[in-house]
Amino acid sequence: MIINHPILGPRDAQEFVYLGDAALINRPDGMTAGIEAFHDYLYVRDNPAGEHRELWYHEQGDRSWLVVTRNTVTHEIIKVELARDVAKAAGRTK
Amino acid sequence: MSQQNRMSGGQIDRSRTLRFTFDGVSYEGHPGDTLASALLANGVRLMGRSFKYHRPRGPLSAGSEEPNAIVELRTGARQEPNTRATVAELFDGLEAKSQNRWPSLAFDALAINDRLNSFFTAGFYYKTFMWPASFWEKVYEPIIRRAAGLGSLTRQEDPDSYDKGFLHCDLLVIGGGPAGLMAALAAGRAGARVILADEDFRFGGRLNAETLTVGGKPGADWAAGVVDELRSMPNVRLMIRTTIIGAFDHGIYGAVERVSDHLAVPAPGKPRQTLWRIYSRRALLAGGATERPIAFENNDRPGIMLAGALRAYANRFGVKVGERVAVFTNNEDGLRTARDLQARGVDVVAVVDARRDGALLPGIRHLKGAEIVDAGGRLGLRSITVRQANGQTETLDVTALGVSGGWNPNVNISSHRRSKPVWNETLQAFVPGEGGPAGLVAAGAAAGLMSTHGALVSGQKGALAALGELGLSGASDTIPEAEDAPVSITPKWYVHSGKGRAWIDPQNDVTVKDVKLAHQENFTSVEHLKRYTTLGMATDQGKTGNVLGLAVMAGLTGQTIPETGTTIYRPPYTPVALGTLAGRSRGKEFKPFRLTPSHKWAEEQGAVFVEVGMWLRTQWLPKPGETHWRQSVDREVLATRKSVGICDVTTLGKIDIQGTDAGAFLDKVYCNTFSTLAVGRCRYGLMLREDGMVFDDGTTARMDETEYVMTTTTANAVTVFRHLEYCRQVLWPEMDVQLISTTEAWAQFSVAGPNARRLLEKLVDQDISDAAFPYMAAGNITIGGLRARLFRISFSGELAYEIAVPTRYGDALLRRMLEAGREFDAIVYGTEALGVMRVEKGHVAGNELNGQSTALNMGLGKMVSRKKDSIGMVLSQREGMNDPEGYRLVGVKPVDKTATLTAGSHFLEIGAAPVIANDGGWLTSKVYSPHLGCEIALGYLKAGDRKIGQRMRAVNLLAKTETEVDIVSPHFFDPEGERLRG
Repeated sequence: MIINHPILGPRDAQEFVYLGDAALINRPDGMTAGIEAFHDYLYVRDNPAGEHRELWYHEQGDRSWLVVTRNTVTHEIIKVELARDVAKAAGRTK
Repeated sequence: MSQQNRMSGGQIDRSRTLRFTFDGVSYEGHPGDTLASALLANGVRLMGRSFKYHRPRGPLSAGSEEPNAIVELRTGARQEPNTRATVAELFDGLEAKSQNRWPSLAFDALAINDRLNSFFTAGFYYKTFMWPASFWEKVYEPIIRRAAGLGSLTRQEDPDSYDKGFLHCDLLVIGGGPAGLMAALAAGRAGARVILADEDFRFGGRLNAETLTVGGKPGADWAAGVVDELRSMPNVRLMIRTTIIGAFDHGIYGAVERVSDHLAVPAPGKPRQTLWRIYSRRALLAGGATERPIAFENNDRPGIMLAGALRAYANRFGVKVGERVAVFTNNEDGLRTARDLQARGVDVVAVVDARRDGALLPGIRHLKGAEIVDAGGRLGLRSITVRQANGQTETLDVTALGVSGGWNPNVNISSHRRSKPVWNETLQAFVPGEGGPAGLVAAGAAAGLMSTHGALVSGQKGALAALGELGLSGASDTIPEAEDAPVSITPKWYVHSGKGRAWIDPQNDVTVKDVKLAHQENFTSVEHLKRYTTLGMATDQGKTGNVLGLAVMAGLTGQTIPETGTTIYRPPYTPVALGTLAGRSRGKEFKPFRLTPSHKWAEEQGAVFVEVGMWLRTQWLPKPGETHWRQSVDREVLATRKSVGICDVTTLGKIDIQGTDAGAFLDKVYCNTFSTLAVGRCRYGLMLREDGMVFDDGTTARMDETEYVMTTTTANAVTVFRHLEYCRQVLWPEMDVQLISTTEAWAQFSVAGPNARRLLEKLVDQDISDAAFPYMAAGNITIGGLRARLFRISFSGELAYEIAVPTRYGDALLRRMLEAGREFDAIVYGTEALGVMRVEKGHVAGNELNGQSTALNMGLGKMVSRKKDSIGMVLSQREGMNDPEGYRLVGVKPVDKTATLTAGSHFLEIGAAPVIANDGGWLTSKVYSPHLGCEIALGYLKAGDRKIGQRMRAVNLLAKTETEVDIVSPHFFDPEGERLRG
């Protein structure tokens, strides 16, 4: 696969490490959320046949974490964003 | 007589003679020959034995689809089993052997299987070798493996090298026949970056095997002319002997280039084969088509081959397979073989044409509506029995027979991404379907356009369309004149006749009868048919047999072929040697390791090394007279505890963490608090995963208000860094914190023992007295002006420091420390002594940090702060992870001080039976403690914190050991920590 890195352009998927569902961005606050909320956050995942937003890490590159929107059936990559931008847009701060 | 079946013409170089042997007999051939063509030229039709029945076999084809002529090439370490004689390029000195026969190819003892064929039908193994189950691995399988036909391995190391390479292009053209050449020409002339790959050693495809003309020239000459022009274009890369083995995501194709297989030995510095990863923007599948046979009784006799192959041997290689030839066809193309052979003066005895309509061939006995019901000649074809349209049978003496059941477009690559081929009624064949690899289109015969004209037009059109999509424009140059015959075919899959066997998949010995049996036993789905009969599961992937088998099943179920289904193909297109896939990743290169700054010194001392993570570390350093590793390790431990020892700890991960939020960031990633750490101090940190399990540990120092230096375990250096980047970018993106790995930037040594300070005081420029540099102090210092870092931390339990200098000074620092430490009898210790001292001190390491342990398990539960949010804090509170009966870290001592302990042993109460229900936990790490004079261990014991002082058994049923042990505190040595604060 080829991932079109937002900064570095098209890069071979071999340079990346895959983590999984980009829903991991939405980590609950440990001071307010309880075990149930963290359990769902950590273990309950969608497994769609189709478009999936997922986290990839450019380990053999610039160390950017990316949110890659990929069709799990065709492997077509629809969108690639910096995870930092996605996280900020989702309201994550410090 | 040499080469008695060689005729005139063909694309072989008669000016040179190549000598080769087959089963020890010497023969001659010419450059341009394959092993198969050269053997046929010498009158050798018998080249192998079949897999199951050990039937005598000769080549069926003249190409990579070959199921029968499977041989061993070369001898010694270069011997290669299971190669196809039909694509093995002849070279001088080639030694080839037939396989799957004993004692000889002509007389094979296991041909008895053929007589017993009624037992060996589909499903035979499943039905026969079922009971008892334990017999399968020990008795049945070895016997079957010995009897079944695969070549042998020499078990010698492959002396050749294999490479991997990467290529980029605008248009990849797969196949160099008329369609591919025309496409490459159009794209090349338009200036596009083109790769043209063909598995053959000569471009031209079927044009080399036919007498057809293109643009008024013989087809092969036209092809050679196009290749000359393409060769002159710098933007075109011609890849001969290169098979595109698979289509992968995003326009990536795998290719195997057989760089040196046509040579006796690769040229110096050249690999045998190269595995290419080709990144294409567009691709054109011009892989041609493969002819398929018609099944009839004994249709596997040597001398019976595909009609197109008979033509290829005559036209391309100048070889007649037999003196008296017949053709069996159900389509117009088969007649070409009769015409071409007759024109070359070969006696064409008859054309057996399953079709009833159409014109008769002039000057040849052309039997319409006829079929072949049997073939005779066990080691080579001698006769065929023909049943004519009127029902009369007649036996004809022939020594070669060409069979054509029609042509299957080579859709393989187009279905690698799971696109299903679709049935074309006119062609009676599958053509590429929708949803193939993005950016790939088919042209020529691969797309079902079977005429030369169709190939040329669609090749050019496909290339221009691809260029258009890329924003390039090419010219529609004139298409050279070529034949444009329509396909005329009447479906004919197999001949209904007596009780004999008619082969569909000759390599796996699957016959019409087997398909009938599968149907009878209700294995009618294509996938079941395939697995039950093994149809198409041999090394040829059923290139000639699959559609035939499908058609037979369709006939039995009364469904159409598309209703019956199709099997798609998977990579690789043709078999690939494992060495090619491995490339350079062999031996030492399989997993490279890094060397520590002290490596050169340690090597000089004759150190013993061990792989730790990605590093090679000193395990121990034997002194003269030491013959057992324990002598060296015990000495290193005792010398360190007595005076001072030095250990290279560079391999620990080091991460610089800077920014105004650095402290807050560490509070998130460590379960304990770091924002409150004073500048110039360090602290032990425990890192959890989000699920609450311990991830890693290490010491982190605060060098400045906004700068921390983190250390990680050697094994987790990479994953911790990845995790920190994840936390920084994904979870807390607004934090002002920057990271960089400095693992390789600093050479770091542990200096441990009562004289550690006295040694270092001789070297460093600063005051490091206990008052100025107390336990857990950290700071930037200098050594004779050289910048360095000093940390007063201890893994051994001794007064200890870790001192770091820029890596290039690491070797010099070690030598200077040893020089300065001579008066203290300073020694260097390795990872074994390191391990002994950490177990004596009760520190956890890899065996305890096993990914399944919590802070509580390690006795570090109090470290998890609930006053702040950190990774893993919430889920570490789960009930099951806080079970008072759960595992706790304990120390273990044998009751009898001379007894030995076995790591991995399980704890059992005295008198309890060794069953899972009584399992109390296990020993994680075991060492011999020279300090205590006995073996000691750490372990996880259920409710271990309440069992200190109890006596138990450590039982290992695998090693068959059992030792009575006392459960003790894990802190065997200096439990109050007086020494390290000294």
